[in-house]
Amino acid sequence: MSLDTSHDHSHVNAPDHPVPDPGLHEEERYTDADERAGARAYRQVVGILAAIPVLAIAFVVAYFAIPIDATLHIFGATMKANHLLLGLTLGLGVLAIGVALIHWSRTIMGDEEVVEYRHSAASPADSREEAAEKWAIGVEQSGIGRRKLLGTGLAGGVGIMLVPAVVLLADMGPWPTAEERKKTIEKTIWAPGVPIVNDVNQVPLRASDIAVGQLINAQPATLFELHGAEFQTEKAKSSLIVVRMELNSIRIPTSRQDWHVDGILAYSKICTHVGCPISLWEQQTHHLLCPCHQSTFDLGNSGVVVFGPAARSLPQLPITTDAQGYLIARSDFTVPVGPSYFERNSENDFKEGDD
Amino acid sequence: MAKPTNVDPEVPQGVSPEKADTSLAASAAGGTVGWVDDRVPVSGFGRKALRKAFPDHWSFLLGEVALYSFIILLLTGVFLTIWFKPSMAEIEYEGTYALMRGIPMSEAFASTLEISFDIRGGLLIRQIHHWAAILFVAAMIAHMLRVFFTGAFRKPRELNWLIGVGLLQLGMIEGFAGYSLPDDLLSGTGLRFVDGLIRSIPIVGTWAEFFIFGGEFPGELVIPRLYMVHILLIPGLLLALVSAHMALLVYHKHTHFPGPGRKQTNVVGQALFPVYAAKAGGFFFIVFGVTILMGALMQINPVWLYGPYNPAQVTAGSQPDWYMGFVEGAIRIIPNWEWHLLGTTWSWNIALPGLGLMGLFAILPAIYPFVEAWITGDKSEHHILDFPRNAPNRTAFGVAAMTCYGLFWLSGGNDILATQFGVSLNQVTEVMRVLVFAGPVIAFIVTKRICLSLQRRDHERVLHGSSSGVIVRQPDGGYSEAHAPITTEEAFTLTQHHEPAALEVAPETDDRGVRRRGGKQVGSLRARLSRWFAHGRIAKPTAEEIAEAAHHGDHELEEGDVHELPTEEEAATH
Repeated sequence: MSLDTSHDHSHVNAPDHPVPDPGLHEEERYTDADERAGARAYRQVVGILAAIPVLAIAFVVAYFAIPIDATLHIFGATMKANHLLLGLTLGLGVLAIGVALIHWSRTIMGDEEVVEYRHSAASPADSREEAAEKWAIGVEQSGIGRRKLLGTGLAGGVGIMLVPAVVLLADMGPWPTAEERKKTIEKTIWAPGVPIVNDVNQVPLRASDIAVGQLINAQPATLFELHGAEFQTEKAKSSLIVVRMELNSIRIPTSRQDWHVDGILAYSKICTHVGCPISLWEQQTHHLLCPCHQSTFDLGNSGVVVFGPAARSLPQLPITTDAQGYLIARSDFTVPVGPSYFERNSENDFKEGDD
Repeated sequence: MAKPTNVDPEVPQGVSPEKADTSLAASAAGGTVGWVDDRVPVSGFGRKALRKAFPDHWSFLLGEVALYSFIILLLTGVFLTIWFKPSMAEIEYEGTYALMRGIPMSEAFASTLEISFDIRGGLLIRQIHHWAAILFVAAMIAHMLRVFFTGAFRKPRELNWLIGVGLLQLGMIEGFAGYSLPDDLLSGTGLRFVDGLIRSIPIVGTWAEFFIFGGEFPGELVIPRLYMVHILLIPGLLLALVSAHMALLVYHKHTHFPGPGRKQTNVVGQALFPVYAAKAGGFFFIVFGVTILMGALMQINPVWLYGPYNPAQVTAGSQPDWYMGFVEGAIRIIPNWEWHLLGTTWSWNIALPGLGLMGLFAILPAIYPFVEAWITGDKSEHHILDFPRNAPNRTAFGVAAMTCYGLFWLSGGNDILATQFGVSLNQVTEVMRVLVFAGPVIAFIVTKRICLSLQRRDHERVLHGSSSGVIVRQPDGGYSEAHAPITTEEAFTLTQHHEPAALEVAPETDDRGVRRRGGKQVGSLRARLSRWFAHGRIAKPTAEEIAEAAHHGDHELEEGDVHELPTEEEAATH
């Protein structure tokens, strides 16, 4: 059978062989040449197959006999005995099936190759013609050739039914209209007078307890009244970093003179890049580094970006103290926290050089 | 139908019709097979399929690894769905893992802990599932590289290549959806990243975010939704595409590497039954066995060490699964480009590396076969694979793409590189910004030179044989190395490849000076590209040169001369 299948005969590969094809050649295999090698291979395959039931039984024994919390200490590591033995017996058993089959196929099954002829991927020309004819008969029978509106009507009808299908998905989430955004991604639970508390033990932070250079992860006290998804959603926006820096070593713009308490400043912990909680604090440089993508912000300079892929300053939370000297928020953040989104008006974010 | 225990030696076999029916084949046909065959034409299928030829080469196993790890994922995935609860509802953990008792967490995370600590074999299956997922994507990419570098994507296999590109994209999304499900700290961090990525899509980003998460991040819908995507939607698509991929493979028959007796018109290999079936089936059990042993011995994704998702926490050195590393790297090293226009924000620093790079990763492979066919003007079928060195521009392009991918991938660990090598994180980032562009160019040039050198080596082996290691001293004091002739089989293998001519610019008028219809068939840009693509090679020796060299070789040792190889330019003009 030839491969003259191309419908464009100008590009058919003519064989161009400076060395003529010597044709297939077979070499005798060692297990065929040496009868003892053949017998050895046979014993090996049977031996491996015989190991499989042993391993299967060992698996069942391990499953029922070893308590799930039993541990083994091997090479200084503590391992779950049940897990380890189940895995070893199952893994070696399954592996044995594969090794036996492949050893059998390589050493015992005949190794002569077979030659098959290829056919062209294309249908023969007469099939194409016949199919085209039948198609034409079908089109004729359908009447669509004479009454053209049938086809248009059907295509239009099926097409328009995509609209209900898509509309059905319109309730997948609330629509982020300007009004909805103001209630969700542009708002946090920080509000005037909300106490700033330690993120872990919920103890309110007192200004006089915070030393220069110290960083505290904080939350609004009101967060801990929430539960479940609401808690997580609000925490993803309200998480706060409170730092105290030497006042004469940092720059506080005129517009933010009353946002801090004696060098105690509060910033959003949520990176303006893709929203990771920023956590790595360099006390001496006042830099805060995000461990996810290494955006670096200067907390001594209103949170401007000094390195990395983030494009906007960390939002700063205006804070003050209550009558007892505990830190409280003066308002919500003045700009939305977290990663950018299309409708975000980013012209009010603090930029290097603002005052 | 039972097989007779005794056959009368006096009666010649196969003479009478009754006796012929008692042969093994006939007995099988009359039994269960016969019953089925009366209803479904299995014999007709078996007649063609049972002795179908499958060529043998280690690189053909890469696709099998991908297929087998997919099957392992289906098997282990079913087990995990028995126990996993795809719910973000908050509960207080009261299970056996003492370190987390009393901690509020989602049901998804709690049930993952239950699978890991309370279900016998649960941790094993969970770890096999994760290892198999990592292997699945790795094997798909390795398989794709094999197909690319050997030119197996060419006609008639372009559609199967496209299906493969789709499988890879789906596999990556499937993997991502899977590692988001346990709702541990790492997977939540990944979801947070995806939330930022989706938001960054210009114009529709916020809408996409609200629709996918059912409102704000994280909400309580995304894990149940990803669960549906992970166990139904994408596996269904994968299964359908894998079936189509295999059906086309069977229909086109497998390609084979060049060699004696291997032709465009045939396929040489082991018969499906029994040899290939035993090898492929055995290989499935080997892949499965190895992933089980990995699940048993190599810890992966120990979620109990990370804890439940907490939007205020992240681990330093957080990394996605390896196949998302290149996107992560691009996100890390891109400069912070963002437009603030008329009250809107255009986050190119996220959209370009995230969506742009992932888009390129799908589009470039998808269009490559068609671009190459357009450049070469090649419309013929190809069933014999190229040695990568014989297509230097394609190979160089492939290595350049791998280099680019690899550098982006390394950038995804810029913090690890900085801490492990004690260098500045900022400098690693700056250097990577340059390297992702410079590296591929260097890789292209170097690869092309290596390919041409390998072609020169082939040329020399065919004409002058291989080095024998024997140094001969001439009567006049000179030294030369004796060359041993290579086998005819090898000489054929090294010279069988086709050397297509470059396209020429078609004249605007035909032989009779009449203007052609439809404008120019081959434009000058296409002709120039085609020339570049076709001429970047060392022409293979002609039959006359081989005969001449063989004749000459008889005297070579006496003469002790040195053969000059043709330069690339000279060779190209042959």
